Amino acid sequence: MTSQTSAEYEKYYVPEKSRLALCATAGLILSIYGASGIMNDMTFGDPDEATNSWSIFLFGMFFFAATLFSWFRTAIRENIAGLNSAQLKKSYVLGMFWFIFSEVMFFFAFFGALFYVRNLAGPWLGGEGDGGRMNGLLWPSFDFAWPMMQTPQEAVGGATTQVIANNGSFTSAHTSMSFADAHVWWHWLPLWNTLVLLTSSVTCHIAHLGILKGDKKKFNLWLGITVALGMIFVYLQIMEYYEAYNEFGLTLNSGIYGSTFFMLTGFHGFHVFMGMTMLLIQLLRSVIGKQFTATDHFGFEASSWYWHFVDVVWVFLFLFVYIL
Amino acid sequence: MGDHHHGPAKGLTRWLFTTNHKDIGTMYLWFSFAMFLLGGFFAMIIRAELFQPGMQLIEPAFFNQMTTLHGLIMVFGAIMPSFVGLANWLIPMMIGAPDMALPRMNNWSFWILPPAFLLLASTLFMEGGAPAAGWTFYAPLSTTYAGPSVTYFIFCIHVLGLSSIMGSINIIATVMNMRAPGMTYMKMPLFVWTWLITAFLLVAVMPVLAGAVTMMLMDVHFGTSFFSAAGGGDPVLFQHIFWFFGHPEVYIIILPAFGVVSQIIPAFSRKPLFGYDSMVYATASIAFLSFIVWAHHMYTVGMPVAGELFFMYATMLIAVPTGVKVFNWISTMWRGALSFETPMLFSIGFIILFTIGGFTGLMLSIAPADFQYHDSYFVVAHFHYVMVAGAVFSMTAAIYFWLPKWCGRMYNETMGKTHFWISFIGFNLAFFPQHFVGLAGMPRRIPDYALQFADFNMMSSIGAFIYGASQILFLYNVIATIVAGDPVSDEKVWDGAEGLEWTLPTPAPYHTFETPPLVR
Ligand code: HEM
Ligand SMILES: [Cu+2]
Repeated sequence: MTSQTSAEYEKYYVPEKSRLALCATAGLILSIYGASGIMNDMTFGDPDEATNSWSIFLFGMFFFAATLFSWFRTAIRENIAGLNSAQLKKSYVLGMFWFIFSEVMFFFAFFGALFYVRNLAGPWLGGEGDGGRMNGLLWPSFDFAWPMMQTPQEAVGGATTQVIANNGSFTSAHTSMSFADAHVWWHWLPLWNTLVLLTSSVTCHIAHLGILKGDKKKFNLWLGITVALGMIFVYLQIMEYYEAYNEFGLTLNSGIYGSTFFMLTGFHGFHVFMGMTMLLIQLLRSVIGKQFTATDHFGFEASSWYWHFVDVVWVFLFLFVYIL
Repeated sequence: MGDHHHGPAKGLTRWLFTTNHKDIGTMYLWFSFAMFLLGGFFAMIIRAELFQPGMQLIEPAFFNQMTTLHGLIMVFGAIMPSFVGLANWLIPMMIGAPDMALPRMNNWSFWILPPAFLLLASTLFMEGGAPAAGWTFYAPLSTTYAGPSVTYFIFCIHVLGLSSIMGSINIIATVMNMRAPGMTYMKMPLFVWTWLITAFLLVAVMPVLAGAVTMMLMDVHFGTSFFSAAGGGDPVLFQHIFWFFGHPEVYIIILPAFGVVSQIIPAFSRKPLFGYDSMVYATASIAFLSFIVWAHHMYTVGMPVAGELFFMYATMLIAVPTGVKVFNWISTMWRGALSFETPMLFSIGFIILFTIGGFTGLMLSIAPADFQYHDSYFVVAHFHYVMVAGAVFSMTAAIYFWLPKWCGRMYNETMGKTHFWISFIGFNLAFFPQHFVGLAGMPRRIPDYALQFADFNMMSSIGAFIYGASQILFLYNVIATIVAGDPVSDEKVWDGAEGLEWTLPTPAPYHTFETPPLVR
């Protein structure tokens, strides 16, 4: 059935023993151990009792970040040393693609929660349809609307009035993030954020076209602009959160509207930050390290896919969190 | 790279720092076996408590921790990693690749598992004890009413998910990119096919589980109200998200098992697999359907009738491709030159018992009937028939089948057959009666029961102890084989075995297919 292929076959590089995985494990486990400790101290802990959770967490994160740095450096050096065959490069491409796919599914869970609450659970809580029969018993004066500006708990007069099904205590915002609540359109930050992020996707693409032609100058310039736009986005997002907390009374505690709003935009913002960092590193590699050629720039390509991905997520956010 | 033909390094660092798919496969397999024993130990505690009615040995709160940890450890610690270990060992050898596509990440996927499970198990000794909301950890039991251990639990789930996602990305990249010339998709062994589809399912649903536990984390510590109606959320939302992950998860568990059986049955029937193409299509359709049936776990939460009907019919549809598979295995054996070595025994046991589990699944899929069966021991019997007699039996068959290839030594056949018969009898004694007590109304996850269930429960416990004890025999047999089994040197350990892995020398060298073979 089989015989050997010819000897010209390009070898697939299988790295020798490596301690990277073990170091990364140590960093990761310390981080989650520390993070769990921090949160438990916060929620269940005795405020007077000092714990070392923060130190464990920070040490773990530092160790983890350092390992990742060294890991990527190793991979880049291998590539520069010419160890990566065309086939190996394809493995990296596939790896990145399926990684992004897994990220899509992560967001899918949160969007799914949003749709479920807005279209099913919310109306039922408000007394609609067969599912709404408990409304009269548990939350008699609750009417459902989106954005939800009054939680069922507040509708019945607070946690003390209705003790069944009352897990936690929640307050609502007086102003929502939607366009309807913006006084003038140019004060509406999401619009600016959309412009910034969409533009950055275009500039990122221009940078890509540049490197494909081997035009490093064009590449560096447009990549730099992309990173700058990413920073502006993050800055605007922070402004928006500041506004939400301090002016609108919209917090994580503001019922399901605050929960979905902050978790969706928060995870997206975090991903923008990650993508921006990735692009920044590619910029530094290009400018300082003089890396990347017209045919060999996978680090940039992967980061740019990631960037387009966060951009697409934003479009959905803009539609379903802010507008509709 | 002149030093490429060296063997494994010496000492502990061989394992800690390795990038070799066989080493990593071995570590996965041993780790999962250790977890199998730990989870099994918890099961023995559960069955000891249920040996007689009344409260016997442990406190109800501890009983809940046992059922929870048993389920979590068996699903995430024993079954899933064992099949990843098998994939590591076999996929490169089956498709003619030198190793997995991303070897360092491969090592990382493994090494984050043991500390994560250590952390999870250590919550037993924390104040408030281990998580106790069941392996399905429904809110608000797992949020409002959970103790501090839930935080560790959540992060452990994140780590397990990370491991699964990285492992699956590796498998997808390997299968899509590393096949030897001529190894087209439709020539791949079925085990590779089922794993490719499983890996896709994993990449698709593990992030959803991560989303679910993240919402829990936020609800517990940061005041959000995803799962609290008082804030406009909904505890049922948790169930939807969990089962959107959870149902594909059960196919993640069973698809590689299908793959294993599809390799073994032809080998001992000395006939090619019947209906190869239909097997591939059936696997793909099962995977597709598994995304649209999740709410069959939630018939009783008060869904709209249209939802009940949709999920009922969609669930029933799954029986069709599943039936295709069962008939194909049987047709493969039809008029074959059958012989009944241990792997074949376990595979036939798999077919019979998995089919029983499939039928009870079909019963459960009938929404109006499920109102009676739901959360009873009938469900427990159902999923143990598919997960233990399905996944675990096929995993056991796989070990007996490929172990001689891996280590060049033959296991003791008499002991293997003994293991099979004790397992088979013990398993059925443990779980068949649970159908009856379940139908008669015995609820699951309760440490005590009404007197009329006493006899069946005692049988169940005895069967469970027998099944548990037979695994010690298995462990002994495997170790004895590795250390002192009769050497085998035939490339084809089994005369009927087909596939690239059987063209390699026995025992399989440390590095294989460094230049890919040509497949015609
Ligand atoms: C013909 C295929 C199958 C059908 C129609 C089916 C149907 C069902 C239904 C309707 C339930 C919910 C019962 C209830 O809670 O009231 C259920 C539970 C379950 N099934 Fe299946 N099933 C099938 C195959 C499988 C397979 C292959 C596995 C795993 C390998 C599996 C694992 C489970 C588990 C773990 C549960 C219980 C989850 C829990 O509540 O803890 N099933 N099944
Ligand atoms: Cu299911």
